[in-house]
Order: sequence, then structure tokens, then C-alpha cells
Amino acid sequence: MAISLNLNGQTHKLEAEEGTPLLWVIRDELKMTGTKFGCGVAACGACTVHVDGVPVRSCQTYIEDLEGASVTTIEGIASKEAQAVQAAWVELDVVQCGYCQSGQIMSAVGLLSENPKPSVAEIDDYMDGNACRCATYQRIRAAIQRASEIMET
Amino acid sequence: MTLNTSRRGFLKAAGATMLVIGIRPDGALAAGHGSAQLTPFVKIDANGVVTAVVKHFEMGQGPATGLTTLIAEELGLSMDAIEYEFAPSDPSKYNNLFFGPFQGTGGSTAMANSYMQYRQAGAAAREMLIDAAARTWGVEPTVLTLQDGVISGGGKSAPMVDFFSAAAEMDPPANPTLKDPKDFRLVGNPGVRRKDSAPKTNGTAKFAMDLHLENQMVAVIARTPRMGGTVASFDDSDAQSIKGFIRAAALPNKAGVVVYAENTWGALQARDALTVEWDFSAAESRSSDEFRAELIAAVNTDPEFNAMKSDQAATAALIDGADKVVDHTYYFPLLAHAPMEPLTCTIQATEDGGILLHDGAQQPTGPHMAMAQIFQLPMEKIRINTMLAGGSFGRRATPTADYQVEAALAFVITDRTRPVKLVWSREDDITGGYYRPAVAHRVRVGLDGDGNILGWDHRIASPSIIKGTPFASALVHDGVDHTSIEGVFGSPYIIPGQFLGLTDVAKATSVLWWRSVGHTHTAYVMETMMDAAAKAAGRDPVEFRLALLSGGGKDQDRLAGVLKLAADKGNWGKAVAGRSQGIAVHKSFNSYAAEVVEISGAAEEGIKIEKVTCAIDCGIAVNPDVIKAQMEGGIGYGIGHVMRDEITLTEGVVDQSNFPDYEPLRIRDIAAIEVHIVPSAEAPTGVGEPGTPPAAPALANAIAANGPRVTELPMNTHGVTFA
Ligand code: FES
Ligand code: FES
Repeated sequence: MAISLNLNGQTHKLEAEEGTPLLWVIRDELKMTGTKFGCGVAACGACTVHVDGVPVRSCQTYIEDLEGASVTTIEGIASKEAQAVQAAWVELDVVQCGYCQSGQIMSAVGLLSENPKPSVAEIDDYMDGNACRCATYQRIRAAIQRASEIMET
Repeated sequence: MTLNTSRRGFLKAAGATMLVIGIRPDGALAAGHGSAQLTPFVKIDANGVVTAVVKHFEMGQGPATGLTTLIAEELGLSMDAIEYEFAPSDPSKYNNLFFGPFQGTGGSTAMANSYMQYRQAGAAAREMLIDAAARTWGVEPTVLTLQDGVISGGGKSAPMVDFFSAAAEMDPPANPTLKDPKDFRLVGNPGVRRKDSAPKTNGTAKFAMDLHLENQMVAVIARTPRMGGTVASFDDSDAQSIKGFIRAAALPNKAGVVVYAENTWGALQARDALTVEWDFSAAESRSSDEFRAELIAAVNTDPEFNAMKSDQAATAALIDGADKVVDHTYYFPLLAHAPMEPLTCTIQATEDGGILLHDGAQQPTGPHMAMAQIFQLPMEKIRINTMLAGGSFGRRATPTADYQVEAALAFVITDRTRPVKLVWSREDDITGGYYRPAVAHRVRVGLDGDGNILGWDHRIASPSIIKGTPFASALVHDGVDHTSIEGVFGSPYIIPGQFLGLTDVAKATSVLWWRSVGHTHTAYVMETMMDAAAKAAGRDPVEFRLALLSGGGKDQDRLAGVLKLAADKGNWGKAVAGRSQGIAVHKSFNSYAAEVVEISGAAEEGIKIEKVTCAIDCGIAVNPDVIKAQMEGGIGYGIGHVMRDEITLTEGVVDQSNFPDYEPLRIRDIAAIEVHIVPSAEAPTGVGEPGTPPAAPALANAIAANGPRVTELPMNTHGVTFA
């Protein structure tokens, strides 16, 4: 089917079969590889993108359901929250292998957009679906708190 | 593995545009002007861009930052003024100095084997640039200094790049003078940031999975559901209608059916549509309960090997005569590594008739040799482009080069005009073998009336990871696979009347080193037995251990040092009301780590890990913040798996398939981790693995303080609930 996909503010016309996960359209067709494949079953969060500003797992989001929606990937984030999160991530050297981190950041930006001053429990709750096999969780938690501070300045 | 201590010299080469400092393959000190055989660790180009060439791959543990730091330190550069790139595959030049003629990362050796080598490379570059400036200016080199890219002294000052071509004409110093550690600005500086943070936070970092070569095909493989099965026949008629499907073919070794497609989704769907008839005549058909029974039986009979060559009967007599005996049998299940980036690599033919492999290559020499053999090409016709790896924990370093060989076999049966990118799904990863082996231990400790150890009878049964691999000559001695017993054998504890028996048990699946290898189980057993013995003796677990470390040797002192530091920083004995504590300490990869775990709740209702306090002695702390990160990560990796992960088999088929049933550690699982580094002037040692071994036993000891002694893992299927 012919698809018109609004991604990072640009409209892409493409052909894709119904049932194709957004993840593979982004990675293989648009060749934007910041969004990662980790599990394919919505269990790790590595593929997290925003649809109309809300974090979703792109491996379980189907291309036919996105007509009229606006998709943002790690390459396209620029909000105040996104800038604060990325700055905090670098300041605290959150990353290890880095493979999960696009997804972590997309979720963290989603959290701070909804809740600019989350408690530790709220952070843990919201970020629960984003696995990090390198276990960078202490720093993820700290960086979200730091980003929240940065946003206030 | 033995340390190659032969002195290395540096060779420089003059090119029109670059000064390169490196080691010549023969290790000689002579200079030359060719560039082909150089081993550059430092490059400086005409624009003054300095690049560190990093011989270790980056799976997150930080060697790219660490080795670059050493070059920058000796060259007087800030971290912003230096780039890095990964070295090509060339074992004669970029070998791990602990591995012999083999290039590879593992065993927490990246910094330990590179520390002097990279400092010397940086120091040689500095001396040559300064000498060139001294000659140009007619001053003594001793009056000049190089800092932040500027050479100055004797009333002169100029950017170092002005001298790079003159330096390239000079003989390199035979023995460059290294910076005095008291002058270090970067080494040991907690403010030094990772070089790879920015690209890994904005989506631009390129992992092997992110490669898109023009005209590439994506290949996925339908593998036998039972280990050892082979393809009898297959039918791809239902795959034909899948968009992007190209074709399917049995691998030449019949280990699976490879599906080629234009893209990943097409390949995954086409594989689902495939029907494969398997030949299971040589396949594993047993269940993990049977392996468990076999392992437990093995630790209850006379062992195959007497690993410490001590007197078994004497130990038995000591224990028989003891006032108290603590006796536990342990079982550890199979574990998958599950690095976040599923396995992948891409192979293409090159214009010169060679092969180019793009890979998050942990041990390039392995796949390099395998490619040469499969494609019947000389080594120099094979090139490896090392890309970022999304974690490994050991999985990307198989002695068989398993996934690279698969990719090569998938490529060799095509017309080789299109690059082939092999992609593993998470299901492939979880079911694909190469697990931490299942292991059993039984330990009997006899105590006298004062609670002192009289005898320690320790039996281990495990499949051997190393036998049958190229590493056997280094790591198997008199039939004993060192990785099966490390951590009991070589423990700094001075234990009287100790016997250590090992029995090799046949493998049910392929097995592999997994972050900290044998220490994954030996530390758990040693440290929970210490705890149980201390309890039986009515003594404090810290004091009980310190008594076994009072021998005055350096090894004992360093282990005691981290134990005391962790106890102090973790408020040992002064848990917050309603909480329990456990402690464990372990030496691995020449580093010493102790951890205090503090928990709330109870095993029946739900335990919460409130805090882990870690003390680490890894010699000179080159990058303290990276070391802390490695302890945090190592602790999480150790704890996450013992909480709830295992791989089980039913009639030869793996029961788990993806993260929902191989549940990773999550952010909520550990509320806080605090790391303290022991100041040290000793040579740097490992950090990637040593944080892992003490974490699980410290948790187990915290649980046992007010609850069950968990001797079989994972904890959540053996009496422990987590909140
Ligand atoms: S790849 Fe989508 S959640 Fe794991
Ligand atoms: S940084 Fe490696 S998986 Fe998160």
C-alpha cells in the first residue's frame, strides 16, 4: 500500500505492506538508524519513538495506523525537554554500549514532557519498559533528575 | 594467559600527510619510512588532528576512551583535541599483549595490557615533535614542553603541527620517557568524559546493526530448534509471496536454512513462512532437569580431577572430626548473555578479490582466520571493519566465530555480487546456545569449637568452556579447565585443609564465557559459604573473612582492604531499621571488589534491593568515572540474572525465547548503587567483569540474614519474591 508518513517534520511517500512495523520502515526504508531493534515484541524499549509526542514502541506500531500522525525519532527531537535530557545524558556519561540509549532518551523526554519534576518512583515507573543490558539505570535515573533541573534554568 | 613482556620499540613513518607512531611487527627499534607494515597507535595529520588508533573494540566498557586518554596524557592534549578510530584486524600488530599473537578484547584486559604500550606510543610522539622543534630552533629539547598542541620554551612557541613533517624524518626514541604519574592531568581525573557519549545520545553512533551497504541483502537463518539437528529438507513456497523475499537455501553445513531478502522485515517474515524438516538423529533430546541431576550426582561422587593436588582423605577426616559442619549443594542454570544489540555482521567482496567483514568484532583474529579458511584466501585479503558493538558480555567472542562463520557460509553460496548482512533476532539470541554452562557445587566446611575452619571440601561439576578451543593450551592444565575453578582456586583466602575436586560433565548445549566466566558461580559459592560458616561459628561475617586474610601477603591485604572499605561505606552492621545486609568480596581479573547489599522486605512477601555499596581496587584508576560505571553495570548484570533468569530445555528445545521470559534487570530493581575506588599505584587491572562476582552472593547473604539460604538459582523460582 502507498503510505504517507510524517516523520521528523517531513512527509515521506512510500510503499509498504500492511502490518509492517514502523521500526523497519524507519530503519530499512528511511535508513535512519538511531531507532534500534532490540526484541521486536515491545519488551525492551530500544525502538521507542514518539507518535504525536507520546512514546510508543515502533516494533509494535504498524505503518497503516499512522495516517495523519506525526512521528518523531531520536534524530528529530529538539524540544526543551529533549535538549535537557541529551545534555544531562552527556554530563553524567550515562551510556555504556549505547544501544538502548536512543530508546531511553525518547522515553525520558516523554516523561519530562508530561511531568517536568518526576519523583524517583515516577521515574522508575515510567522507565520500566526500557531495558538496559549494561545496567546504566543509576545514571538514567540521575540524568532524568538532572534534566528536570536543567529545564528549570 | 601469560604476559608478553618483551620490550617494544616504536617505528615512525613519514608520509606526505601524516606522522604515524607505532610498533613494528618484529618489535625492533629501527625506523623506516614505509607505511605498509606499520602499526600506528597515534596519527597526526597536516591539520593537526590527532587520532588514537584503538586496538580494542568498544562494547561499552570504555576502552576507546581509556586508550585515547593514555595517548592524550602523554601528548599533553585535552580530550577534546583528540579523536579515536578502531584499529584494523592485524594480530601481528594489534594483538592483546596477554593473548599472544591474537587480537581481541576479553578477560577485562583492555587497559591492563595497553597501559604501558599506549603511553609509550604517546610519549614517543611527544619526544619526536619536541626534538624536531628543538632542531629547528637550535635549542636543547630539554627546555621545550608540549602542552595543548603547542611546543614552547627557550623563548619560542609554535603549534606542534608545524613540526610533524620534520618529526617524521627523525629516528624515534628507543625508550621514550613517560610522564611522571604525579604530573598526570587526565589519568585518574574523574572529570574526564567518555568520548562516545554524544553520538550515543543523539542517534548518530553506528553499530554493526546499523550498516546499510548499497545493494545489500539481509539474511536470517532458521536454525535447528534442538542443538545438533540438521536440515533434512525445506519448503519455501509460502515465503514466495512475502514482499522483499529473494530466496532460501540450506547452509552448506546443514545447520540451518538461510533466508535472503531485500530488508529485515521481509527476511523475518519469510523465515516465519518457511517449513523445515529437521534431522534430529544426532540432536540433543534431553531436558534441563536431567542435566541438573547429572551435575548434582557428579558433585556427590569422587571427582575426576584433584585441582589443588591436596589430600582428599585428610580433608574428609578433618571435617569428620569437626564440631560443626556446614554443608550446601548448589545449582546454577544455563544463562544467555543477551547483549542489547542482537548479533549481526555484514560480508562483502572487495574489488581486489578479497573479503570485507563489518562487525562489532570482539576478537577479530578469530573471524579473520575463519574467513581466510572459508574463502580460501590469504590473511591479507581479509579485512575487518570494527564497528561499535551493542554489548557483548562475552557473546561476541566465540572461539568458533559462530555468527561470522554463519554469515560467511550464507555469503559463499551466493554469486557474491551483493553484500550479505546477517541479522539475528532476539529469539535467535535467547535460543541460540553459547550459554554460561549449568554448574553444580557441593561444599562441606568443618569448624572447630571456636568457629575456626578445620577443613573445606569443595566439589565442582561443570562442562568445560575451554576444552576443544584454541585457548586450551593456555587455560587447561592436567585436564583441569582453569575457568571451571577460578575463584576457588587462586582465592586469596588462606583456608586450612582445603580440597578442590572438579568433574567435567558433557555439554548439553554449546557453552561460553559469560561476564566474569567461572567467577559467576565460584564467587557465589565461596561467599555464601563464608557467610554460612560465619553464622555457624557465631562470628561476624566481615571479621570471619578478615581472619582468613591476615596472612600479610599483598593479595590478602588488597582483598581485606576492599572488604573493610565496603563495610565502612556501606554501614556494615548498622542497617536502616527494617532492612538486612549481606556482604561479599572477591578477586577476579586481578582486581578486588567487595559489595554490601542492603534489602528491605522478606523473601515471602517481596524483597526490595535498597542499596549496593561497592569498593573496588583495580590498581591505578585511569578513568574513575568509567570504573564506577563498570561497577554499576557489573553489579546490575550479576544481580539481574540471579533474581529471575535461567535458560531451560524441554526435550532439547529451549523454553525461553525473548525478553518476556528472559526478563532483564529493570530500573526499579536496584534503588541505589554507590562505588568507592581504592587509591592505588599498582598497575591497572580489570574493571569490566570484577563488579559482577560479589553482587549475587552479597544479595543472597542479605536474604539469608533474615530468610532462606538460596543455593539454587534463579532466586525467584527458589523461594524468593521480589517487590
Ligand atoms: S524492539 Fe521494540 S520494544 Fe524491543
Ligand atoms: S547502554 Fe548498553 S544496553 Fe543500555
